[in-house]
Amino acid sequence: MSDTTTSSPRDAAWREELRAAHTAKQRTSIPRVKMPELDPDYRVTTFTEEVNQGLSEQQAVLEATRCMDCPDPQCITGCPVNINIPGFIKNIERGHFHEAAEVLKETSALPAVCGRVCPQEKQCESRCIYLKMKKAPVAIGYLERYAADYDRLNPSSEDSPSTLPVANGIKVAVAGSGPAGLSFAGDMIKRGYDVTVYEALHEIGGVLKYGIPEFRLPNAVVDVEIEGLRKLGVKFVTDCIIGKTLSFADLLAEGYAAVFVASGAGLPRFMGIPGENLIGVMSSNEYLTRVNLMGAGREGHDTPVARGHVAAIIGGGNTAMDSVRTARRMGAERAIIVYRRSEAEMPARIEEVKHAKEEGVEFMTLHNPVEYLGDEKGRVRAMRLQRMELGEPDASGRRAPVPVEGDIVEIPVDMVIVSVGVSPNPLIPSSVEGLDVSRRGTIVVNEASMQSSIPELYAGGDIVRGGATVILAMGDGRRAAAGVHEALTHTRPQE
Amino acid sequence: MFKILDKKHFSENVVCFVVEAPLIARSRRPGHFVIVRLGEGGERIPLTITDADERKGTITLVIQAVGESTRKICALEAGDCLTDVVGPLGRATKIEKVGTVVCCGGGVGVAPLLPIVKAMKEAGNRVVTILAARTRDLIILEEQVRPYSDEVIIMTDDGSYGKKGLVTNGVEEVILREPVDLVVTIGPAIMMKFVSLLTKKYNIPTMCSLNTIMVDGTGMCGACRVTVDGKTRFVCVEGPEFDAHQVDFDEMLMRLRSYN
Repeated sequence: MSDTTTSSPRDAAWREELRAAHTAKQRTSIPRVKMPELDPDYRVTTFTEEVNQGLSEQQAVLEATRCMDCPDPQCITGCPVNINIPGFIKNIERGHFHEAAEVLKETSALPAVCGRVCPQEKQCESRCIYLKMKKAPVAIGYLERYAADYDRLNPSSEDSPSTLPVANGIKVAVAGSGPAGLSFAGDMIKRGYDVTVYEALHEIGGVLKYGIPEFRLPNAVVDVEIEGLRKLGVKFVTDCIIGKTLSFADLLAEGYAAVFVASGAGLPRFMGIPGENLIGVMSSNEYLTRVNLMGAGREGHDTPVARGHVAAIIGGGNTAMDSVRTARRMGAERAIIVYRRSEAEMPARIEEVKHAKEEGVEFMTLHNPVEYLGDEKGRVRAMRLQRMELGEPDASGRRAPVPVEGDIVEIPVDMVIVSVGVSPNPLIPSSVEGLDVSRRGTIVVNEASMQSSIPELYAGGDIVRGGATVILAMGDGRRAAAGVHEALTHTRPQE
Repeated sequence: MFKILDKKHFSENVVCFVVEAPLIARSRRPGHFVIVRLGEGGERIPLTITDADERKGTITLVIQAVGESTRKICALEAGDCLTDVVGPLGRATKIEKVGTVVCCGGGVGVAPLLPIVKAMKEAGNRVVTILAARTRDLIILEEQVRPYSDEVIIMTDDGSYGKKGLVTNGVEEVILREPVDLVVTIGPAIMMKFVSLLTKKYNIPTMCSLNTIMVDGTGMCGACRVTVDGKTRFVCVEGPEFDAHQVDFDEMLMRLRSYN
């Protein structure tokens, strides 16, 4: 296994032939493919069916043909893990879908996941040469998903356990089975390590299971990745909290040479305004965990969940969009996004905003809640919103929202989901003595190796970044794997 | 899967399980709780650990059948398995020698009180334990607290056992007759509220253990939030024990009714 992309180089004969097969004009005259989607009226009635249906083979090959196979492809620099994008796309163009997937797997541990949830419009696709021509960029994300899904649904004989390196007998542990933990586990097992992943919840997958709803990322897609790791020899232990059930010292005593901490997000943030603890006001973590992880509201599941007629979701990120779209599916007649800036500043993916609007979600931008009002039983009955306007740019570079004095509206609601961010999970940072932790509660690491102030402890994902994307977490997992491998091969004699 | 090795009925709706969970048995301390789940569609339920045997690798849990999920769990027998048991969660009780400690528990609240009674006694305190319930059949763990208590006072609402009266009557009786340095109260929120009001009047430090609604129990969902000293705190990672005089019990009582 290599860390640099070596397969499908640009100067391969087949790629030169492929480049010569069509003129630039022919390629650029093809319109960008449209993702086939479920009908909005239908999809608000189903939790588990994915909105995006995926490209057909014909659509994928045609879209791949749009890619100009640039000599200096900027898309790669826009990708947080530097996937060899033209390399996999050109394999799709020539119909070698397994090889396209292989190129993806060189750098991405979970391509079927990233193809669905990455903000491509802010990453790879934002650097596409087509944008300079005032045309829609190549649909890199759709193509990534196509190749990964093809590979999943038509498994090739490669990647069987027999092709793995010999086990080196060195034990490594992972705390957390989200994207960072899974990618670390995959890289380490392929290097011959004995890998055990500890998960606090009863399900493997972390945010991919409890957070991202199935209409955006089906559990089946995640389960295939987990099964794949299991087949390669990764051991998974659920119901085990590192820092509680087993301490970091216990792991070292059990002979683990290194521990990768990928324990993810923790306590939800609230705004500290009156009425926030009323019944019916909850965090997006609570709402999504009840519905996604616990199956609340569905046959055969005992966990209860509030069902609002009018649900307000506070925030403009992807988690807010996931929550509001879930609320629509749970039967909310009105589901409203309340966001203090304008739509242009929203951190959510454009596709999520579009899907939410198609599903009947209302957007109250430039509004900020200042108070929730309750009835005599303590249930939320209304929210008071402060009207905002945009002022000068703030530290984030976005124009800061400023209250319009005296302009307050009151809107009846019976459910409020607060989705204004999370702070890192405190369990591990607070339980390991001598660990360097930032003021924000994140674990401080060397950015290249992901090693913490304790030599055997590495960390990545939200516990280091405080809140980021699946692809960044995955990249951390891969870097940590390389870091651990480097450290262990240099300190241990070759056996 | 976590095997139930022994089951006892404390009363019609309260059962005591000894469960195989060696890692938790080893790492738990008084005050810790676990999250338990039964079956693939089961709820995650927080339960305070009553006792543990590190050598045998077991923990003891006392469960009251109050809803659908707890009824299913209480119907299990020795030899059956709980699908998930995860922990130990929360912060352990701060145990130190302070002098005289009054430990008062109501109903199944006596179960999480037991390890604290033990630890307070072992730390060298004089321990007065007050067990309270509606009626005689609902008094639990009396034999287990006795060896660790200098005195045990039983209070029943109907006077069918011990003294007739509420837990607060028992606590006040002790306060009036001797100096008390700390009160520990665990039980229904309404009981803890009134114990707290009483001890505030006498200015006696009081610690309570809160049993709020939780989903994950690991510091993720925020369902367990309470207001303590005017600030929002999370019971699962910052509790479950707090200074009772600072807890907004009215808000907590209201939030406990979220799904009623």
